[in-house]
Amino acid sequence: MAKVLVVTSGKGGVGKTTSTAALGAALAQRGEKVVVVDFDVGLRNLDLIMGAERRVVFDLINVAQGVAKLSQALIRDKRLESLWLLPASQTRDKDALTDEGVRDIIADLRTKFDWVICDSPAGIERGATLAMRYADEAVVVTNPEVSSVRDADRIIGMLDSKTVKAEKGEQIKKHVLITRYDTGRAARGEMLNIDDILEILAIPLLGIIPESQDVLKASNVGSPVTLNNAASQPARAYIDAARRLGGETVDMMVPTEQRRGFMDRLLGRRAA
Amino acid sequence: MSMNLFNLLRRRTGSAPVARERLQILLAHERGLRSQPDLLGILREEILAVVSRHIVLDPEKVIVRMDRGDSVSTLEVDIEIPNSFEKRLAVAS
Repeated sequence: MAKVLVVTSGKGGVGKTTSTAALGAALAQRGEKVVVVDFDVGLRNLDLIMGAERRVVFDLINVAQGVAKLSQALIRDKRLESLWLLPASQTRDKDALTDEGVRDIIADLRTKFDWVICDSPAGIERGATLAMRYADEAVVVTNPEVSSVRDADRIIGMLDSKTVKAEKGEQIKKHVLITRYDTGRAARGEMLNIDDILEILAIPLLGIIPESQDVLKASNVGSPVTLNNAASQPARAYIDAARRLGGETVDMMVPTEQRRGFMDRLLGRRAA
Repeated sequence: MSMNLFNLLRRRTGSAPVARERLQILLAHERGLRSQPDLLGILREEILAVVSRHIVLDPEKVIVRMDRGDSVSTLEVDIEIPNSFEKRLAVAS
């Protein structure tokens, strides 16, 4: 039974696309058949993060409008056999996406994949509502920062009212993924901590992704962080999160503070 | 010395508790609004309908504003009435 997952946040720049790529790759590494779908029409970026930007021929809009077949638009990942990408259109605007078009594509993808992961655009407009519309589960990405948490709360409200599942009176399963977390700053009271965020949003925690240079390194080379450096802290956190999505119970790893040694400080080296 | 002590004390309580409290208050309010469909919009429409029965109004000149305070909130209704109305009143009486 396929699962449709939306990765959403309201606020931009919190790590939706990074998380979509990392979770998609982590699930595919576990042998699941995964498609990541970019809903950010006009501002696509999932292709770039996945390192497939030069292989895009057809896109979501082409398929929705019947210009191309789904099989023509799907791009298979070069590293993982069971990972696929359905890119967004870069030239069209978000109004080109219709409810019926999205419904049909999601229904089709459900028959072909174990996981359909929809990367939502920022905001609460049409693109974001369509990305969540047919989802069974949602990953709400937030940073430990007030505006991001407020927007996450707004998105949770929309998930509970604007999705097909909610309209049928069913519960859409929601998880919060906290990204760019800095344990040291949270411990010093400079940043909202995990308990604060969970108490405010009141949905279960999927994972804590530490602030890390490995995330930027991975996006620089166009590789999901779980593939690029699977041993790194963020990759391990994403891999655990993917296992939780699969229904496993995994102990929550709170990222450790990466302390710089005396010599590193002296030489002005950054923590790895 | 006293400056150092002050900094030390300050570091123990960062700005995160303030962030948390502000969020809790704000979200309690916003969640309340979410369940009721656009109260201000409804008020505006109904006030407009009542006043329009007696006075010809420009709908753009009716402003309904809500200001939330700690213990009481105020509802401000600002209706701009064209001066021609007074003349019409005089004629009618």
